[in-house]
Amino acid sequence: MSQLAEQKENLLAPGHNACAGCGLVLAARLVLNAAGPDVIVTNATGCLEVTTTNYPQSAWRVPWIHSLFENSAAVASGVEASLRAQGKLGRVKVIAQGGDGATADIGMMCLSGMWERGHDILYVCYDNEAYMNTGIQRSSLTPFDASTSTSPSGKVSLGNPTLKKDVPAIALAHRLPYVATASVAYPQDLEKKVKKALSITGPKYLQIHSPCPLGWGFKTALTIKAAKAAAQTGLYPLFEYENGQLISVRKIAKPQPVEAYLKDQIRFRHLFKDEVGKEQIAKIQEIANDNIKKFSLTG
Amino acid sequence: MKKFIEGSHAVAEAVKLCKPEVISAYPITPQTHIVEKLSQMVADGELKCEFINVESEFSAASVVLGASATGSRAYSATTSQGLLLMAEVLFNLAGMRLPVVITCTNRSVSAPINIWNDQQDVMTVRDSGIIQLFAEDNQEVYDMHLQAYRIGEDQRVSLPVIVNMDGFILTHAYEPVEMISEEEAEKFVPPYKPERKLDPSQPGTFGVVADPNWYTETRFAMQKSLEVSLKVVKEVASEFKQKFGRFQGDVIESYRLEGADTVVVALGSVVGTLKDVVDELREKGKKIGVLKIRCFRPFPEEEIREALKSVANILVFEKAFSLGLGGIVYHEIRSALFYSKSRPNLKAFVVGLGGRDVPKESLRKAIENFSSDLPDLNFVDLKTEQLKEHLYVPVS
Repeated sequence: MSQLAEQKENLLAPGHNACAGCGLVLAARLVLNAAGPDVIVTNATGCLEVTTTNYPQSAWRVPWIHSLFENSAAVASGVEASLRAQGKLGRVKVIAQGGDGATADIGMMCLSGMWERGHDILYVCYDNEAYMNTGIQRSSLTPFDASTSTSPSGKVSLGNPTLKKDVPAIALAHRLPYVATASVAYPQDLEKKVKKALSITGPKYLQIHSPCPLGWGFKTALTIKAAKAAAQTGLYPLFEYENGQLISVRKIAKPQPVEAYLKDQIRFRHLFKDEVGKEQIAKIQEIANDNIKKFSLTG
Repeated sequence: MKKFIEGSHAVAEAVKLCKPEVISAYPITPQTHIVEKLSQMVADGELKCEFINVESEFSAASVVLGASATGSRAYSATTSQGLLLMAEVLFNLAGMRLPVVITCTNRSVSAPINIWNDQQDVMTVRDSGIIQLFAEDNQEVYDMHLQAYRIGEDQRVSLPVIVNMDGFILTHAYEPVEMISEEEAEKFVPPYKPERKLDPSQPGTFGVVADPNWYTETRFAMQKSLEVSLKVVKEVASEFKQKFGRFQGDVIESYRLEGADTVVVALGSVVGTLKDVVDELREKGKKIGVLKIRCFRPFPEEEIREALKSVANILVFEKAFSLGLGGIVYHEIRSALFYSKSRPNLKAFVVGLGGRDVPKESLRKAIENFSSDLPDLNFVDLKTEQLKEHLYVPVS
């Protein structure tokens, strides 16, 4: 395929200024190509918005709107209501998107409102596990023990002391017809989930693990490897719920020890220094084990 | 046809005539009767519209933003804390040039919590780029909503409009209101057809990043549109007068200013009381008039300067003030008169905060006791004994 033909095919065009190896723009491109051109996209403030819309340029080949940090889901609700009033809803799909901070922290109220009202919208959370756009501050989706610029490891700190907020569980509590997780490491699975979500009427939630080389501290060539390791260790289980029922999980034949995921990332480097770190890694292993058990990832 | 109707219901009737496709709101006193009435109209099939009940005013403003950007005429209503919660979105709506109309049923702000009328709420967003109109009575509130869509949606303007009405005093008051027919309204407010909208057949990007090379120009463009909007407010008021025979002022209204040496200035429902006081004082031979500011943003500086050019005493009655500075309208008028040759006696009188009654007697006293020796900032009917007994105030 010629470069020009490829460019035309991608609804998120090249030429944006995201970092090399960015998992987030890769995920966004996959989402959009799976969705097709008949969509309207709303976007929260964050890396994806900043790197793609530096006026007078735009990387978006679909109608796209950014308003504020916390209101992507509410703006999408208005877009959906307008399309409904104009009789265009269904023919035109609505995708709301944001990063983990925009989704799980500052935008949680708007998101819960959109879900509860039952709008026909797919909400996509690009989970790169911290506020990367402002310089790697922790969010409620930052994993346990990760060192960030506001949860740094130090003489008396082991990094972020909390577990990832369970947003899919919160989505399920809103009785969503479709809730899933995906990963940039498995693009076909990701695209399949986007297509399936968009075939279902009502509010949908898709959370995509999107590694950030800069924020996590790994080489830009290792994005896919990092994402794969997260899934293969059980730390980022990939699953699908339809109408509240778990309908599929990505199985792990032989779970890798969590060290396989942690060791390549600077944000976990402090855990590999001493005995205290070892104890912490054992705790992280327990998180993975719990996921493996809960979702029967090996069975 | 005249209808004896509650102010809030008059607003709902006017909004219905404008045929919004999307309404979104969150309940807050004293705005509730407006959105209750509108939701009943939708429930009864009288108004074909998506009515989105949201979890906060922040989302209400965000929903109408999304709907407007997708090409729908959109409406919301709020007040006080709700307006403050919307504030971030309000600036965004203006910056994105989306002509939604929002009714603000003016109310005080917390703390202390107080649900009654003043105008401190909307003054907080005076620098947002939103056009702000103030209505004196319920006929004007009704008419102003039709005018608001015309002004905001005008291609030369393309900005949101807040229609201000005093909480309770207007929202809960029953008055006869001359109603407009659907056919007449449709001619005055034709369907909304924006040049740009979110549409897969013509994909556009809305809400971009503007770096230092672009940001100033976007704000300059807003300023220029606001300047033009003064003209549009006048045109729309004049066309409305032609079509419906009513004129309550355009950017300002001059009342009995001929030969006046003293002028009282105000916005909102207190203007009506002031007109009565002025009528009585005129009968006694006092040369006094009222200047109503109908369009507060953009601020009609030239029109105000012209109206006040040969006036010796100006009393600004305000239901808000800037804590740490003084009267807001007062300061804007002072600034407007900076280049005038005369140097009138100009004072601010804070009235009606937190729903305190503004009787004619209090206004009359303030006018009769007016002197150049008064401080710039005066509080009408201040209960000084309560200050001593209950509140810490450094009294010298």
